Formats: sequence, structure tokens, C-alpha cells
Amino acid sequence: MKGHEHRSSSSCAACKFLKRRCTENCIFAPYFRSDEPKKFAKVHKVFGASNVSKILIEVPEEQREDTVNSLAYEAEARLRDPVYGCIGAIALLQRKMAELQHDLAVARARLAGYAACSGGAIYAISAPPVLNSMDCSRNVAVPSIDLHDRFNCCDGFSAAASIDRISSESIRHGGFADFGQPLLPL
Amino acid sequence: MNSTRCAACKYLRKKCPPDCIFSPLFPASDPQRFAHIHRIYGAGNIARMLQKLPAHLRAQAAESLSFEARCRIEDPVYGCVKIISQLQQEIFMAQSQLAKTLAQFQVFCNSLSIADPQFQHAAEASSSFIDQGPRSNHL
Repeated sequence: MKGHEHRSSSSCAACKFLKRRCTENCIFAPYFRSDEPKKFAKVHKVFGASNVSKILIEVPEEQREDTVNSLAYEAEARLRDPVYGCIGAIALLQRKMAELQHDLAVARARLAGYAACSGGAIYAISAPPVLNSMDCSRNVAVPSIDLHDRFNCCDGFSAAASIDRISSESIRHGGFADFGQPLLPL
Repeated sequence: MNSTRCAACKYLRKKCPPDCIFSPLFPASDPQRFAHIHRIYGAGNIARMLQKLPAHLRAQAAESLSFEARCRIEDPVYGCVKIISQLQQEIFMAQSQLAKTLAQFQVFCNSLSIADPQFQHAAEASSSFIDQGPRSNHL
């Protein structure tokens, strides 16, 4: 008799971890396969199984995989850096972005300057632009950049102000040496 | 002894002991802050995370947890990871633009050095800069 093709013969990672029977309607089963036990363990450690379940029930089914992946990402970040979590990664990326914007402005200005002078008789022969983004050892204060506006959510919650406040502490704290996770599919 | 309960103990409807771990971090004046954190992480998980940290770092941890919880409530699918993803994309684009500009710079210097030997030095320096990649002073 057909009909139960999606039924897993073994428990999902969540049910194995929680030591319970994995039912056909298990909300975790499609997203926490049994061959990825660490993924659920991390998510459970940070968020708790019941909270994850509540979040998943809230979102449409077609978005649950992305939800689980982003929760796993956040959990990983929090376990790596228990003080700043994802905010540490955001702070580093913001700093990198600021350096790149600076370097791009310098490079463009130099190029424009040379192009403008190319008709003149006397040239100032300079070295190529000194670029901050190429020298990872430099600590650059994070200036205000226009990314902040898009992170302002509704009803007064300013993600921008929170990021500023937390990220400056994060940089001073020195957390998050590296967080080279690939982009999540959006 | 705390005469008033902290936001956490008020929310959880329990007594607020003098050594309550939440009390310094979730004052009664901002009940929503704890409510958001509890909704996403759960009080038990938060208490456990905070207990593992030295006392002087707990305020920062509470702040970042509060931020992430709020992001997750606003966007249940991506939470604050959306910000990371956007930044990564923007960095990639900025790096591409920078590489393009440097390449244009090199082409320009090369063409000028052909026209005018004074620019030979700048062209060679620019070329070796692009070829060598990032400077490694203290890496």
C-alpha cells in the first residue's frame, strides 16, 4: 500500500537527540536529517527545541528551510562568541565595508586626478593609492555609513543604533577573529 | 533584598531574589526587552548562557541577545542573519568595483608610460601592487 513514501524509517536528528519517537508529522524531520546531528544539537542548545518549533510553525512551509538554516547560523555564531554572537560578525563586516568604501573613494579620486592632469606638462609621479582594505592589520574606526537606514525597523526599534552600540564594544572586545560562512540562499 | 522585581521575575511571576542573575540586566522599566528574549531563547537558556559568562560581560551579552531576539521577531525567517547576508553581498560588490578601478588605474598608467617615460615608475609600481595582492605587515 502506497502513500507513506515520505515517512522516514529512522528518527530525524531532533527526535534522536530528544529521545522520542519521530512521527510522520514531525516538524523537525525535513530540516534536521539524521546524518546532521550537530546541527540540531547547536540549535537546541541556543534556542531550545520548543522555541524552534514555535518559530517554524509561525512561518510558511516553503520558508522553513531558510528559517532553520538561519537559526543554525545564529546558533553557531552564539556558540563561537557567547558574548556578541552574530553582532560580532556584523561589526567585522561593517568595518570591512567602511574600509572598502574608503579605498574605492581614494582609488577613484586618484584615477580622476590622473585623468584630469593627463593634458598638463608637469606630472606628479605618485605611488599607487594606499589602500586600507589591503592591509588587514589596521584598525579603522567604523564611520557612519548609509547602511544604517535600511536596518531601522518599525515602531521605534532602531537596529542601526543597536548595531552601533554593540558593535563598537565588540570591536574593542576583539571577538570574532573570523566568521567565513558562505552566503545563505535567500 | 529587591523591593521591586526585575522584568524577568515579573514576567515569570516569581520572586526576585537578591542574587537574581537577570536583575541587573533586565530592569523593570523595560519589560518588553525580556519578553522578546524569552520568546526566542527561553528564560532557562538565557540564564544558562549568562551564568557561563564573567559578570562584566553579561550586559553586552544581554544586549546582543536582545538585539538578535528583536530581529528574529521582526523577521522570523532570517532574523539578523539577513543583515550579515546583505553586508556580504555589498562587500563583494565593493571589492569588484575596487578591483575594476585598480585595473583601470593600471591601464591608465601603462598608457601614460608609453606616451611619457616619466610615468614608467608609476605604471610599474601599480602593476606590482596589483600582482602582489594584500600587504602583509602584521598578519
